[in-house]
Amino acid sequence: MLELLWLIPCLPFAGFLVLALAGKRLEGRAVALVGVGSVALSAILSVMVAVDFMSAPPPGHFYTQTLWQWLDVAGFSPGITFYLDALSLVMMLVVTVVGFLIHLYSSEFMEEDEGYSRFFAYMNLFVGSMLVLLLAQNLLLFYLGWEGVGLCSYLLIGFWYKDPKNGYAARKAFVVTRVGDAAMAVGLFLLYNNLGTLQIQELMEKAHQSWSPGSLLPVAAAALILGGAVGKSAQLPLQTWLPDAMAGPTPVSALIHAATMVTAGVYIIARTHILFELAPPVLAAVAVIGALTLLLSGFSAITQKDIKRVLAYSTISQIGYMFLALGVGAWSAAIFHFMTHAFFKALLFLGAGVIIHGLHHEHDMFKMGGLRRQLPVTFWTFLIASASLSAIPLVTAGFFSKDQILWLAWSSGRGSKWLWAAGIVGALLTSLYTFRMVFITFFGEAHSEVSKKPGTRMLIPLVVLAFLSVTGGYIELPAIMGNVTIFSGFMHTALPPVKPLSGEHMEWILEIIAVVVSLGGVFFAWLFFLWMPGLSARLARTSPGMLLHRFWFSGWAFDWLYGVLLVRPFIWLARINKDDFIDLIYTGIAWYNQAMNSILSLTQNGKVRFYAMGIALGAIITIAIAVLR
Amino acid sequence: MISIPMEYGLTLAGILFAFGLAGVLMRRNVIFILMSIEIMLNAAGLAFVVAGSKWHQADGQIMFIFILTMAAAEVSVGLALVLRFYHRFKTLDADEASRMRG
Repeated sequence: MLELLWLIPCLPFAGFLVLALAGKRLEGRAVALVGVGSVALSAILSVMVAVDFMSAPPPGHFYTQTLWQWLDVAGFSPGITFYLDALSLVMMLVVTVVGFLIHLYSSEFMEEDEGYSRFFAYMNLFVGSMLVLLLAQNLLLFYLGWEGVGLCSYLLIGFWYKDPKNGYAARKAFVVTRVGDAAMAVGLFLLYNNLGTLQIQELMEKAHQSWSPGSLLPVAAAALILGGAVGKSAQLPLQTWLPDAMAGPTPVSALIHAATMVTAGVYIIARTHILFELAPPVLAAVAVIGALTLLLSGFSAITQKDIKRVLAYSTISQIGYMFLALGVGAWSAAIFHFMTHAFFKALLFLGAGVIIHGLHHEHDMFKMGGLRRQLPVTFWTFLIASASLSAIPLVTAGFFSKDQILWLAWSSGRGSKWLWAAGIVGALLTSLYTFRMVFITFFGEAHSEVSKKPGTRMLIPLVVLAFLSVTGGYIELPAIMGNVTIFSGFMHTALPPVKPLSGEHMEWILEIIAVVVSLGGVFFAWLFFLWMPGLSARLARTSPGMLLHRFWFSGWAFDWLYGVLLVRPFIWLARINKDDFIDLIYTGIAWYNQAMNSILSLTQNGKVRFYAMGIALGAIITIAIAVLR
Repeated sequence: MISIPMEYGLTLAGILFAFGLAGVLMRRNVIFILMSIEIMLNAAGLAFVVAGSKWHQADGQIMFIFILTMAAAEVSVGLALVLRFYHRFKTLDADEASRMRG
């Protein structure tokens, strides 16, 4: 069964090729069949591969498959080689299964769009690239997938390209992530230059042998890779592109900007965890970046009006949790949270998509209201996802994954009270903004009528994802509540486990605090936005409230800051250099030639006598030189 | 036989050549330009003959015969051109033919 691994990324690519070449000539039903079918097949295949992998683990708990040699230059010979271990297996499963559900959903969501086949072509290309990224055995192939998903992200954010605003958002996402990608590329050069290989496992082994912890080279390499991860995963300081990326169609936001692509940064850090362990300062930076990001974007999420922007900031914040987990060395906790997050955040986006679809592309939450009667299935699934995001205890997957991160942020050798405190404040913010969104959208007075009810193709993914959002957590229960370690036990074949330093007693206390905090967030949301909606409005109208609101609404004014620091100086430079003063050299050569031409063409006046005089003068001068010399 | 000093002959040839050149440069009439060219050719021929007689060599006279042949060919082509020229421009003024614009 494992030999069929190559088919998993190839099927979506094949789907992309069919749709890109013949998409215009296919009718809608055929387009959906190809687009959804290819991903469905690869989801089925990955489930089969996963079952096979888990029931009969290959030796060493990894499986490699070389398709062909990509290039072979002076000892540098990366192959098109896939590497499957516990880490890439889990990621692959999530990408294909969630990807399939989102594809199924989009087949109805995008039905009336004229770019139906173009949409599925891009989506298939995305899934294929993402799988290449995850399964790559060497960093070059990884980088191919990394850039591939970046390209698809750009194409899909700007999918409705007729509105210049969307094109701007797409460009912004592309340019900002490019900053990180450049760092990543330099990091790869550095690794290859010093260790002579790009094969990830070999690289990690060599790094472990030849570099001492905390020395300059591993710190530099890890910092550069972190740069790439920060760009792709929308973490501080490159997080500004993600809220604008919501310009794309909602299924795109669900697939790319919530469930899969934005977690590629988490994946690469977990994948190269040996390198990061050799660079303790960078690992600490990962934790601090995660903690800061989850706080900043949590505050921003509270103030947003656009339902998708709330979810975007929430995504940034949840990836902040994953970074926090990575930073304290809780690798498998990060991947666990990635998995549950993929379920409930995709569900939230799809639910938001149903609302937006039903209300004629209305994004403003304050114009929704009271939707729970009109869209019952959407309401219940959305509520489940929100509960999972807010880590409502015991019944949701998000509770188990987030509390594992919080617990390890406190108790791991690399953790600290401060990181835990940031996480717990973030948890309060999370449930506050999540239930603010739920209360404003689904409760209260109805402000608009739903014109389009979702059909089965949109509801099935919602129900399946809701099921996963609840049960996905039971494969990993904390030591004090059943101590189920199916997930981490499987994960530890690829990633080292983390030993908590504090005891059970402490875990109980922290667990209870986390429960109180997340329920408290729901209570405050209920208090401010449902029971006494005037209270929050009054609070926001006081002058410090207004200032903070504006500040948070704009995402801590990062856009403004980058505008002043980078964009405007660049535009200024471009303007003063409009005539390109370096080009003066080249235009100067052209000007000189033209001048000489016009002077010389004066002599060609067509007068015979003038020519004769030229001959005579020339003869006289020649003779004079010959005689007088 | 009284030999005329070579300097005289060469001086005459130079003067003739200068007249011819002046004629080519100053005359506007194409016919006169052609005639001036004939004068220059003959001046050159005279110089050959004078030099040939000085060194008692027949080469100078042979060269003159060549020049005569060449002049005959040149005149025939030249006159044909003049005819076409007149046909086209209805004038013999060489400057009128300056139609080129660089």
